[in-house]
Amino acid sequence: MSRTKIVLAGEGGQGVQSVAKILVEAGYEAGKQVLYIPNFGVEQRGGVSIAFCQIADETIGEPRFAKGDIIIMLSDRAIDRCSTYVDENSVVVYDTSVCTKKPEIKCKEIIGVDANKIANEQLSARVFNIIILGVLLEATHVLELGDIKNAMEQALGKKFAAKPELRELNYKALEMGMGLVKDRAAV
Amino acid sequence: MSEILTMPPNLPDAQNAEVGASKFCPGCGHGITLKALAKAVDELGIKQKTVFGCDIGCSLLAWNYMDLDTVQTHHGRTTPVIYGFTRANPEAIGIAYMGDGGGLAIGAQHLVNATVRGERMLIIVVNNTNYGMTGGQMSPTTMPGQKTETTPYGRDCSVTGKPAKAAEMVAAIADPQKSFVARSSVSNMMKLKQTFVKALKNVENGGFSFVEVLSICPLNWRTNNVDTFGRLAQMEEFFEVKEFLVPEGV
Amino acid sequence: MVNKLIKEDTKMFLTGNEVLAYAANSAEAEFMYGYPITPQNEIMHTWCKLLPKTGAGFLQTEDEISAGFSTIGGILAGKRAFTATAGPGNVIMQDAQSMAEMMRIPFVCAVMQRGGPSTATVIYAQQETRLTCFGGNGEGFRIVYSTAGHQDLYDYMIKAFNTAWKYRFPTYVLADGYQGKMREPVVLYDPASRGISMVPTTKALLAEGQIGVDRKSAHLRNTYNMEEELMGVLEGYKADYEKMSEEVQEWEEYKAEDAEILVIAHGIVARSARTAIDELREKGIKAGLFRPITIRPLAVKPLRAAVSRAKQILFTESANGQLAQMVLEKLYGLNTPYSTLFKMGVGVTGDDIVNKVESMAAAAV
Repeated sequence: MSRTKIVLAGEGGQGVQSVAKILVEAGYEAGKQVLYIPNFGVEQRGGVSIAFCQIADETIGEPRFAKGDIIIMLSDRAIDRCSTYVDENSVVVYDTSVCTKKPEIKCKEIIGVDANKIANEQLSARVFNIIILGVLLEATHVLELGDIKNAMEQALGKKFAAKPELRELNYKALEMGMGLVKDRAAV
Repeated sequence: MSEILTMPPNLPDAQNAEVGASKFCPGCGHGITLKALAKAVDELGIKQKTVFGCDIGCSLLAWNYMDLDTVQTHHGRTTPVIYGFTRANPEAIGIAYMGDGGGLAIGAQHLVNATVRGERMLIIVVNNTNYGMTGGQMSPTTMPGQKTETTPYGRDCSVTGKPAKAAEMVAAIADPQKSFVARSSVSNMMKLKQTFVKALKNVENGGFSFVEVLSICPLNWRTNNVDTFGRLAQMEEFFEVKEFLVPEGV
Repeated sequence: MVNKLIKEDTKMFLTGNEVLAYAANSAEAEFMYGYPITPQNEIMHTWCKLLPKTGAGFLQTEDEISAGFSTIGGILAGKRAFTATAGPGNVIMQDAQSMAEMMRIPFVCAVMQRGGPSTATVIYAQQETRLTCFGGNGEGFRIVYSTAGHQDLYDYMIKAFNTAWKYRFPTYVLADGYQGKMREPVVLYDPASRGISMVPTTKALLAEGQIGVDRKSAHLRNTYNMEEELMGVLEGYKADYEKMSEEVQEWEEYKAEDAEILVIAHGIVARSARTAIDELREKGIKAGLFRPITIRPLAVKPLRAAVSRAKQILFTESANGQLAQMVLEKLYGLNTPYSTLFKMGVGVTGDDIVNKVESMAAAAV
């Protein structure tokens, strides 16, 4: 039985929930069992935004889990808030160009990516979260790239139709995100 | 003599003949008010489509007083039950019947919001300046200086504020195009009935109506007949008896 | 009267609040009365968004007090009406709920539990269990379905309307913020396709016929003059409630047949328990689950049978033992020792339960 438990955390406005939605929609369309809980405390505007996602082959039991397989931390506050979901089997991803510190947590692996910098300098600040989605995809292989592209088409299709170059921009962001993890593997 | 004793009482059709003797205290204003309301229902011929809701407090004793489909609710909650009903059944004429406590204290939010939304119903607040059923405590409309169980030395407005004027408040926030708002008194039953007729006609036209009825409570006031109506006259000076809003077609 | 939107089996990926709105439509609900409170808002949002297609009604009231009482008004008018609330809203709606209980009004309410007491969190809890079952100044003559996910939400919301209108006791779908806000796949269906027909509604006021010609005027009340008069009424209700209990009670057992350690949990926590039980079984620990679905009334006989078979029981809740309190009373006379894992207003994970049961198993050796 395979189940991937994902925590995505960042500041409000970083697009954490949008990425989570695309991810779980992709999982749903791919025929997987999926379960997604957005955090929705009174902190939701101006606080740490967290998405708890599960993608599995069989029926998912617990809606909230104690420890994640991959925890993505996109701000200093997200590091502080989400270290509790990390154990020795977790992979931790953090953005080196946003966070001012490295997560000091015992875990399987810590991956630093400079997605924010890349987005700002090479693509567009708006696709920061799509780079993160690429990172997540490559780090977990929980879904196929095609599944994600289909879900992006569903979520952003209208915008793509109006501005076809947006599609290319998003695809490029996705691929660059995947590349960040692949390159790390080659080191 | 025996002929007279067996004469049937002259009851409006919308009043329940089976109740027998009134359950209200001797001299209570509810009997007068309800009879005037029943006559108004008769006059408009709306008995078969009227739903009557009564509150907690003395008004709950009206639960079987009318020959109308009736529901007795909780303290202050008759207004939402009745607008819940008329929202679901827009053909119905809804009447919410309550005292000054139910209308202006515990149920005030419903009165305010039903007014603002222009709910298609008639709200009747029978104002006898005290909580009768619970033994005569101060209510929002207790007169300055009036002795009640919780103001045994007279209502001190420097402590409690001044009496609430329901009709003025409702008139201030109601839509004048669609709302009938009036204050009437049990001192003039025919006029009271006419006020109810207008109020119900406005509801039939799709509007919102509010009638505050100045009423009497000799038991808790501890007044005899003369003093009771003397005090009612004082109330009529303090609470202006008039039609505040009368929309066209009423 | 209303247009049903789901005409054939439709798999969708929805939040639980959305599922509840669709379920109410599939149950041919005609009117919703509501007041905003997190985490149930999207039930109203979805209901309102669908109105042009369904032709149903909605009223946003001034508070939960009026949401409850206007729901009663709608039901008295013969509409299949409902409301939804949570937390502090559920507290002040008890006023209306007790009237529904006293007057046998088929009141249907979805409760999406949030943390308590007071404002607490808007997120999640199981702390309205006792309130929903026994709130108000009454005896808890209510039916409460505790759901554990989106298929349950759909199934039991439809069922709640039929239970309420058949037995005339207030009926609840008791869920929580997780279920309301989370998204997972669900199959929506036309109840008729499952052999479910909706119990017809009746008008309590302004029913058919002319007053004084075909019928007398209806005088509905919740006030009584005499103590004995009240007890007479309530004895009748009690007898009806007990007679009904065997018919409506529902429960789920998971690997409970040979369980040495029986986990007793309801709602979404029972789902975590299933995850834990699979893991514990792999480790050679015979764990099982008893999940009451109707937490009011409880399925007492199967509950006692399952507990009798086990060597130990574990109560686990996102509350300080609100279900346990109700269950323990029904286990009077049994000697099975029990442990507790209570996390007030916090989700119970599979890992939490695994760790707890492992320690119980170790202590028993």
